[in-house]
Amino acid sequence: MKLLTLNFLTCAVKSCKSTSASFPLHPKDCELVSDTLKSDPKLLFNILPRLDWSALSTTASELGFPGLPPSAPTKEELEANEKLFHDLHTLLLETHISEGSLVCANCGHSYKIKEGIANFLLPNHLV
Amino acid sequence: MLPTPSTSHVAFERVYEPAEDSYLLLDTLSSEAEKAFLQRRFSSTLTGVLSPLVVEIGTGSGVVLSFVDAHAETIFGREDVLTAGIDVNRFACEATVQTVKVAEQEQVVQGKTSGIYLGNVVGDLAGPLRSSTVDVLIFNPPYVPTPDLPELPALSNTAANSSFEDDSHLLALSYAGGADGMETTNRLLDSLPGILNSDRGCAYILLCAQNKPEDVKQRIRSWGRKWGVETVRSSGMKAGWEKLQIIRIFRT
Ligand SMILES: C[S@@+](CC[C@H](N)C(=O)[O-])C[C@H]1O[C@@H](n2cnc3c(N)ncnc32)[C@H](O)[C@@H]1O
Ligand SMILES: [Zn+2]
Repeated sequence: MKLLTLNFLTCAVKSCKSTSASFPLHPKDCELVSDTLKSDPKLLFNILPRLDWSALSTTASELGFPGLPPSAPTKEELEANEKLFHDLHTLLLETHISEGSLVCANCGHSYKIKEGIANFLLPNHLV
Repeated sequence: MLPTPSTSHVAFERVYEPAEDSYLLLDTLSSEAEKAFLQRRFSSTLTGVLSPLVVEIGTGSGVVLSFVDAHAETIFGREDVLTAGIDVNRFACEATVQTVKVAEQEQVVQGKTSGIYLGNVVGDLAGPLRSSTVDVLIFNPPYVPTPDLPELPALSNTAANSSFEDDSHLLALSYAGGADGMETTNRLLDSLPGILNSDRGCAYILLCAQNKPEDVKQRIRSWGRKWGVETVRSSGMKAGWEKLQIIRIFRT
């Protein structure tokens, strides 16, 4: 799964949904793989504003990526900063998580990722 | 007609094989009427309409999600469409990853674009999704009325080793819908207001005649003025009844 997916996922435990600690989930012992995609500024411009930027920054730093700017860059800022554009393209569109787990900071449950597919089925005591 | 993605690599002993219901969804999503609806709603020339997120629940072989992903530009009028899938069956998730890959490669070969596939996760309906994030939700549910609803696979049973019994259980999960064939669909409907984008969100859901589609639509109308519902496609007249139909639920 693309790293970007984490911006849309939360803990599946019902009582966690209303807590801010359940998002984003925290990657643990994750293996990353990347593929090469042609970079298209138009794509990034339309995706960036729809992301939860602080969650993305948390995910990126927890996975060891260089720090992101404090807020989402504007279209003009991206056009002027080739390195930032390139870094975000790599981070959002080319980076996949292949193995590891995602941990909820509220309930502590850990969702396993195997061969790029995370498992959000819950053990009986958490359903 | 847009080409149907290839699913010849999928093990249909334990993953739902594309059938009339799957193809009805493909026809619906690529129909002139629905293309027009989606392009109006998600036009990239409207300021503030960011890349839409399309999530399919119950991807099975991946035939529907890969179709939407590969043909995003034709359907939505823009290629920056994010797509993702959820299925309770791990083998279905693996199949979908592969089906999308093949369909995207086919687009590349033809010099055409595709959407941005995020991946698949194993999960129960919309459980893993953050609230209000989904722009378009697609669900071809287990809709056949059955005396019982098969249990969801327990966390520990999703390991790779699979017996015949597990395979038949996974197939049962793909069609058996419990009372009126609606037990799973009803749970999904209950979660829709929470996960759909509150301005633009919409959902395509397949129903069969035994699901009592008119009752289902009546129930959605009772959600209030902010919601609309329409039958956008149907097939297979049987004794005056449409056997299958697709309803579109949408924020007004
Ligand atoms: C009728 S099949 C549709 C498959 C595919 N979308 C198609 O149209 O060919 C229903 C799918 O829903 C999945 N499913 C059943 N219950 C589910 C649940 N509670 N959460 C997620 N997926 C579920 C099944 O595993 C199966 O793949
Ligand atoms: Zn939790």
